Amino acid sequence: MPKIVVLVKFTPDLTGDRSFQADGTVDRVSVPGRLSELDEHAAEQALRVKESGDWELTYLTMGPDGAQDALRKALSMGGDAAVHVRDARLHGSDAFATSLVLAAAIQRIGFDLVLTGMASTDAGMGVVPALLAERLSVPALTFAGQLAVTGDSVEIVRDSDTSAETVTARLPAIVSVTDRTGEARYPSFKGIMAAKKKPVATWGLADLGIDPGQVGLAAARSTVLSAARRPARTAGQLVKDDGDGGKLLADFMAAHRFI
Amino acid sequence: MPQVLVVADAVDGSAPKPALELLTLARRIGSPSAVVFGPYAERAVETLASHGAEHVYLVKDHRMLDHLVVPKVEALEQITRQIGADLTAVLLTASPEGKEIGARLALRLDAGFISDAIDVDAGDPGYPVVATQSAFAASFTVTSAVTSGVPVIAVKPNATTPAPQPVQAAVNEVDVELSQAATAATITGREVPQSSGRPELTDASIVVSGGRGLGGAEHFALMERLADLLGAAVGASRAAVDAGWYPHSNQVGQTGKTVSPQLYLAAGISGAIQHRAGMQTSKVIAAVNKDPEAPIFELADFGVVGDLHQVVPALIDEIISRRG
Repeated sequence: MPKIVVLVKFTPDLTGDRSFQADGTVDRVSVPGRLSELDEHAAEQALRVKESGDWELTYLTMGPDGAQDALRKALSMGGDAAVHVRDARLHGSDAFATSLVLAAAIQRIGFDLVLTGMASTDAGMGVVPALLAERLSVPALTFAGQLAVTGDSVEIVRDSDTSAETVTARLPAIVSVTDRTGEARYPSFKGIMAAKKKPVATWGLADLGIDPGQVGLAAARSTVLSAARRPARTAGQLVKDDGDGGKLLADFMAAHRFI
Repeated sequence: MPQVLVVADAVDGSAPKPALELLTLARRIGSPSAVVFGPYAERAVETLASHGAEHVYLVKDHRMLDHLVVPKVEALEQITRQIGADLTAVLLTASPEGKEIGARLALRLDAGFISDAIDVDAGDPGYPVVATQSAFAASFTVTSAVTSGVPVIAVKPNATTPAPQPVQAAVNEVDVELSQAATAATITGREVPQSSGRPELTDASIVVSGGRGLGGAEHFALMERLADLLGAAVGASRAAVDAGWYPHSNQVGQTGKTVSPQLYLAAGISGAIQHRAGMQTSKVIAAVNKDPEAPIFELADFGVVGDLHQVVPALIDEIISRRG
């Protein structure tokens, strides 16, 4: 049976007061988290592929305890099983270490297609799919606004900055999808109940044969030198339009030499 | 002489504004070089040399444009190894493609990668190149440096103003040996939307954006009129795009484009966090909204509480009359 692996991430809620910890890493504990909104689109597309044929769908996440919530949420939409890579030594891992760990887990699960969101809603670099492609030596079709799997090939329409490109590749492949692929389904009550019985495996670094020296903050290839909270943009001037709003706005723009 | 390699993404052979910004930044760190891809790469040489590119590497192989990303990565891998120990940094534009290329290149070079920098500068001997980023909806300013290998840094457009510095460029044509894997993802079609004649949204110095408050697709003509007076690009909020009023390619926000122009003018946009993620690094922000409580006003340097259908036409008249 062909296999799809969907990457999901548990991310701090965007509306929460996010901040850094003393070691320069993102505080993922004191801010409420959720399944990254952008990953729901990947789950949706994976479910559509699954429903179009006979595919086995596994969700994969890497993160602290709370990441289980993201897996359960995804499983309640559908899918067969989930894997949670959890290891205290992963704390502070950069995109390179993350891709190393996820690639090992994907290989252990087995895959014909890997689906991801276009980026996480927190770090948001959007490079993990490309790095996974490097690690797994398979093509990456990124930023898909449309996706079609036919036989052993995949075709996407990629929304690039300046054009829409149609891109094809043979499976196995990695595809990252944008929110243009369509709304994600809401979990049904039945789905939520069923998700509780679906298997969720927990793997550590030893299970994946990864040397702890290759991951975590100490192995990161970049370092934060300083992180300072920006002074809030409070100096802004607010005026009420009494017929002179356009003129006042023009005055402001002229003062900044935009006119 | 330390070299800073700038990846100039020039599809039709002309050097785009972000590439000239990168060359301007590169001069702070070392001697700038540029790489251009595609059959028409040669056309960019003059502009790149006028902005300080001492070396220009031309990779004319058409496969650079026929397949996704990897051929460019392999070409850069080859060029960076050729430059060798002189290479001090690689700078790319923080577009989706630029970030992908940068991350893959860094992995291959055992180097560190920093994305979405809003500034790059020379540091001290410990960290010779320092990048500045903006984090968490621009509530934090972060400086960071690479701790392994040559820093590969993707820089957001508008990080600086391109400053000319004419030099005589040494031009090198590069023949690239591509692996089989490089051509695995094939571009079979490319649809370029009809040009509006306005600047690219991500490069524009001024962006004027419309949202739900515009009330309909037909009212975007108002924003376009303002944009054309200012030489600006037109953006749209997700709400306006989802309503079908304006193309997705103009969407500003987390799932659209990220812009950081000199001036961002938001009309009828409430300023949901998804929108703010795409525009809050703008240098100056102005907003017009009916609702005095709209979150966009928290960011705005200047806000007008009022009906944009009154305020924007009045602004247009003001601009015209001031120019005489």
